Amino acid sequence: MGLLRYESQVRPPLVDGDKDYHQVTEDICRPVEAKPSRLWWIGFLISVALLAFGILSVTMEVIYGTGQWNLNKTIGWGWDITNFVWWVGIGHAGTLISAILLLFRQGWRTGVNRAAEAMTIFAVMCAGQFPIWHMGRVWDAFFVLPYGNTRGPLWVNFNSPLLWDVFAISTYFTVSLLFWYSGLLPDLATLRDRAKLKWRKMFYGVAAFGWTGSTKHWQRHEALSLVLAGLSTPLVLSVHTIVSFDFATSVVPGWHTTIFPPYFVAGAIFSGFAMVQTLLVVTRKVLALEEYITLEHIEVMNKVIILTGSIVGIAYLTELFMAWYSASPYEWYAFKENRLNLSSPYGWSYWIMMGCNVLSPQIFWFRKMRRNLVLTFFMSILINIGMWFERFVIIVTSVYRDYLPSAWSTYYAPTIWEVGFYMGTFGLFFTCYFLFSKFFPVIALAEIKHILKKNGKNYKEKMDEVEKESLTEFSEKHGHDHGA
Amino acid sequence: MAVKKFITGNFYDEEVLFPAVKKARRAGYKIHEVFTPFPIHGLDKAMGLRDTSLHTAGFIYAITGTATAVGFITWALSIDWQINFGGKPFFSLPAWIPIIFELTVLFAAVGMVLTFCYLCQMAPFVKKDHFNPRSTDDTFVMALEAGDKTNDAEVVAFLNNVGAKDVAVQYKETGWWLGRYDKDTKRFEKKD
Repeated sequence: MGLLRYESQVRPPLVDGDKDYHQVTEDICRPVEAKPSRLWWIGFLISVALLAFGILSVTMEVIYGTGQWNLNKTIGWGWDITNFVWWVGIGHAGTLISAILLLFRQGWRTGVNRAAEAMTIFAVMCAGQFPIWHMGRVWDAFFVLPYGNTRGPLWVNFNSPLLWDVFAISTYFTVSLLFWYSGLLPDLATLRDRAKLKWRKMFYGVAAFGWTGSTKHWQRHEALSLVLAGLSTPLVLSVHTIVSFDFATSVVPGWHTTIFPPYFVAGAIFSGFAMVQTLLVVTRKVLALEEYITLEHIEVMNKVIILTGSIVGIAYLTELFMAWYSASPYEWYAFKENRLNLSSPYGWSYWIMMGCNVLSPQIFWFRKMRRNLVLTFFMSILINIGMWFERFVIIVTSVYRDYLPSAWSTYYAPTIWEVGFYMGTFGLFFTCYFLFSKFFPVIALAEIKHILKKNGKNYKEKMDEVEKESLTEFSEKHGHDHGA
Repeated sequence: MAVKKFITGNFYDEEVLFPAVKKARRAGYKIHEVFTPFPIHGLDKAMGLRDTSLHTAGFIYAITGTATAVGFITWALSIDWQINFGGKPFFSLPAWIPIIFELTVLFAAVGMVLTFCYLCQMAPFVKKDHFNPRSTDDTFVMALEAGDKTNDAEVVAFLNNVGAKDVAVQYKETGWWLGRYDKDTKRFEKKD
């Protein structure tokens, strides 16, 4: 049996330190069972304060209408939809890590998947706020649902990308939540069985749904995870594709491009991984989980960042080339005058986008840089600034000059309430993340135990001897048949 | 479901557990269940469990979702209330593909998770008897069923022999009941 777990020494271990199953439980449950640190309280209170400011901003918007925002005649979508696309994009890394990498049998995903999935759910929650509050009369938000209403019955327009979005985002949120929670059940049961305090036994007892860990249940759990991963894989690709359709199916110069779906998906994964890095570089340090989220994990994610960053770069250049090659004067004007031209009102945003998303990640070609934590943290922030500007460029520079030059004069800058709303979603996101990191295990316990004997440092070291044996020796010594 | 007698053994290593499971089956003992802290591939086969048909259920939910979406949108837009969107046909299937796909995934995922919870009899406030709390931490617990005629000493000796630790005779409820983990509730109160 033991040798079936053999993995080449070329691959570095995914769990550092001398671990056995019990030690893994202890390490990962410790932050949940300990009292929250001072740092946790400071972070949490800042997040709650931001959230409160966000609630105030949204309240202002609800009372006085979207006039509280600086949207104008041509810019009907400003910061709010930029933020929406940005948050949805961030919400893509979690499902990519947990679903696509599960299908690709990437062992390293086990160290980071639980936190990344949680991040996905919180990011999608933040994203959902923007289109909902942008409606203005938010009490009529349910109009987007196809229900047998009293006005007809008049149905929603199933041909509209905006309605596709309603279905895509809500499905994505539901499926991500189910995937995340069904994966959490065994770990919650572990916490329940370790609990000493009454409220913990109660809380984790209810949350674990009575999980026992029986083999039959594990068999079904595995089947469920695999099928949910199989379903989530096309789902995650479809969601940002559909978000890109919001733009691509219109006839606005700068939006009307067929390259948008793959370009948006790559950008989503790019920014999502950057956000995972931001969170995990801090989480592993604060919760002392460096042995589980190793430099190896950080490096692998930086490789994904440079890959997707380069795909995004190619997409920017292709889009630019096609704008010129199309010979459509409006399309080319949008790119040449509204974006490339640094002295145009928003030219600066295009170059921030180019610098942050295309140039700066190139530093990750160097292994030393990929393994540098400070640089990784800095880059992860830079990339998310860049990706925010990507959406800003796509949205604002395409619409601020429309076909009627007399409508060009107003310069769009957000009001305090627009900025406050955005800050508020940071508050929501980090409040949720702080609560998650306090009450739930941030690393998938059962999954780490599952790979421990194959990828754990102390187990891998014992495999050194196997490496020296020749193939015939190996098969003679350890060969077995699969008969009864 | 009722309270039954079990003889349980605790294994500290899955490499000891596997041969023990095989030996127990060969010796004719009835394995009630093996509790493990993480999924062990091949253990279900070793125990002789049949494959789960959760996949099939998922497929059925998925096509239900597809059919619902196609059927409903077709009815709403091309029969119930026809609206002319830019001169496009009332039955414009290509434009509906995104929603058809999303509903397929949604039905499959929600249906499968509910089915999973139903099959495993899991829900909030469900309580089950736990043979050994360590089985969610680091050990593997095998529970053998014991009847009135079972020679307990023989089974205990067998389990010790195949490498089990903390071998014990336990009376456990096999079903579930509504209860909380912070209170010691039992499904059936003993009347005598």
